[in-house]
Amino acid sequence: MISSDLSIILPEIALAIFAMVALIVAVYTAKDKLAPMLTWLTAAVFVILAFWIGTGSDSTRVAFEGAFVDDGFARFAKVTILLSAAAVLVMSLDYLEKRDLLRFEYPLLIALAAVGMMVMVSAGDLMALYMGLELQSLSLYVVASLRRDSAKSTEAGLKYFVLGALSSGLLLYGASLTYGFAGTTLFAGIIEAAGNEPSLGLIFGLVFLISGFAFKVSAAPFHMWTPDVYEGSPTPVTAFFATAPKVAAMALFARVVHDAFGGNVGDWQQIVAFLAVVSMFLGAIAAIGQTNIKRLMAYSSIAHMGFALMGLAAGTAFGVQAMLIYMAIYVTMNIGTFAFILSMERDGRPVTDIASLKMYSRSEPLKALAMLVLLFSLAGVPPMVGFFGKFYVLRAAYDAGLAWLAIAGVVASVIGAFYYLRIVYFMYFGETEEPLDGQMSPALWAALMVSAAVMVFGVVNLFGIEPLAAAAAETLVN
Amino acid sequence: MIGIEHYLTVAAALFVIGIFGLFLNRKNIIILLMSIELILLSVNINFVAFSSFLGDLVGQVFTLFVLTVAAAEAAIGLAILVCFFRNRGTIDVEDVNVMKG
Repeated sequence: MISSDLSIILPEIALAIFAMVALIVAVYTAKDKLAPMLTWLTAAVFVILAFWIGTGSDSTRVAFEGAFVDDGFARFAKVTILLSAAAVLVMSLDYLEKRDLLRFEYPLLIALAAVGMMVMVSAGDLMALYMGLELQSLSLYVVASLRRDSAKSTEAGLKYFVLGALSSGLLLYGASLTYGFAGTTLFAGIIEAAGNEPSLGLIFGLVFLISGFAFKVSAAPFHMWTPDVYEGSPTPVTAFFATAPKVAAMALFARVVHDAFGGNVGDWQQIVAFLAVVSMFLGAIAAIGQTNIKRLMAYSSIAHMGFALMGLAAGTAFGVQAMLIYMAIYVTMNIGTFAFILSMERDGRPVTDIASLKMYSRSEPLKALAMLVLLFSLAGVPPMVGFFGKFYVLRAAYDAGLAWLAIAGVVASVIGAFYYLRIVYFMYFGETEEPLDGQMSPALWAALMVSAAVMVFGVVNLFGIEPLAAAAAETLVN
Repeated sequence: MIGIEHYLTVAAALFVIGIFGLFLNRKNIIILLMSIELILLSVNINFVAFSSFLGDLVGQVFTLFVLTVAAAEAAIGLAILVCFFRNRGTIDVEDVNVMKG
């Protein structure tokens, strides 16, 4: 029934219509003068939709003959995506306004990217997957080059575009092989056609699909765009890249390997485990020599994606649960860290050099303490919540018989701790050169403090996301 | 008799040419855009060939989606390229190097 189908994708339709109506209204009226209001409005719409999706039905509903699936897994991912996107939008206002970058297209492109991400995590068909992914990617190519008079920003957009288009091509080639050898694009049909002994063509399709996803989650060896895009894009855009799209791509990855190839865990487990190991080590080692904090966060996100993939490599419901918890924690940590990076400035100009943080604790003890908590959490130092995220994925890998992967993860996280602790060292010791002098806007201050508080107080019960993630993982794997 | 394997071979060859075009090309960014287009079109050949072979229309519907998205993608790519050219005054691949990597 078309009306019941439409009622299932109502949140996506509502957001898409909001974005298009707001775009037309802004074009025909005050244009960029509306931008601050539109940013707040879009963030409010995100929060309302997240609330709507989060408190809506808790059953699994299928629309358009299986092309769109609304289950607990999709809802968990959607709520994470929408809330983090709303937080990043509110955080970016001050930075963009100061640098005359706040155009009305910015919140609306983010809204369209959010529609794409919501379709991605709910995809039950290769076509829905592709359309969602492209809607997200095309919006992100544009926001990456938002500062169109800067050589760095346009170069970041260009690099992101070329490599993103290549990854879409790889993914599509995989989709075409999967379609040809399974005879259908529906995940439910593919899992039947694959059975326990998939044909060689399907394996090829699977490998191409996974390489496409690895690009999107920036897992090594498909990570080469990440540092340049993170460095070149305006910082609020980088903050967005590091949060919501990563959750969406990781959820899509999990959805395809479990929904479409759930009967062939042995076939993709080794690929995902390989991606996880390479990402963790590359992220940990390559970040050591970085002096730009945005580039450092890029390598940090590569390493974190490696850990999240470790949960996925387990191939069990617990593994998916660990992955979801890891992504939720990762997003919260990154929002706080980027709130801090957004406030780094000297004489009104943004600074991204790590050395500029030397002796930061003397001038701003509270902010330095919050940042210390976040960095410890990113490194996975035990009392912080970040440790529990790592603990879950390590246990999932160990339980699934991948003890070598868990050991590699521990070694990589020890190596990775070095560069986080180096920033802490700069903030508390070292010689002052030119101190930072920027004032933090209330929104950034609140984001930094809330995120740091979550990292400390979350150790009690992780704010109850554990049973939610478990229920979400159950709907996907069984 | 031309069977499905011939179409798949052509598509695979075009796909590989596209990938090589992306990585070996040292001249011009427009050639990168052409290589991307080649990759997407090789996928379309695959889809139509499978669709006809299986007697199933879904592949052709997918092809139409891919064509539409490819057009949007080319538009955005060219727009970014124009901004890049305004800033740098060049579209040589070797000059895309403000950031290392």
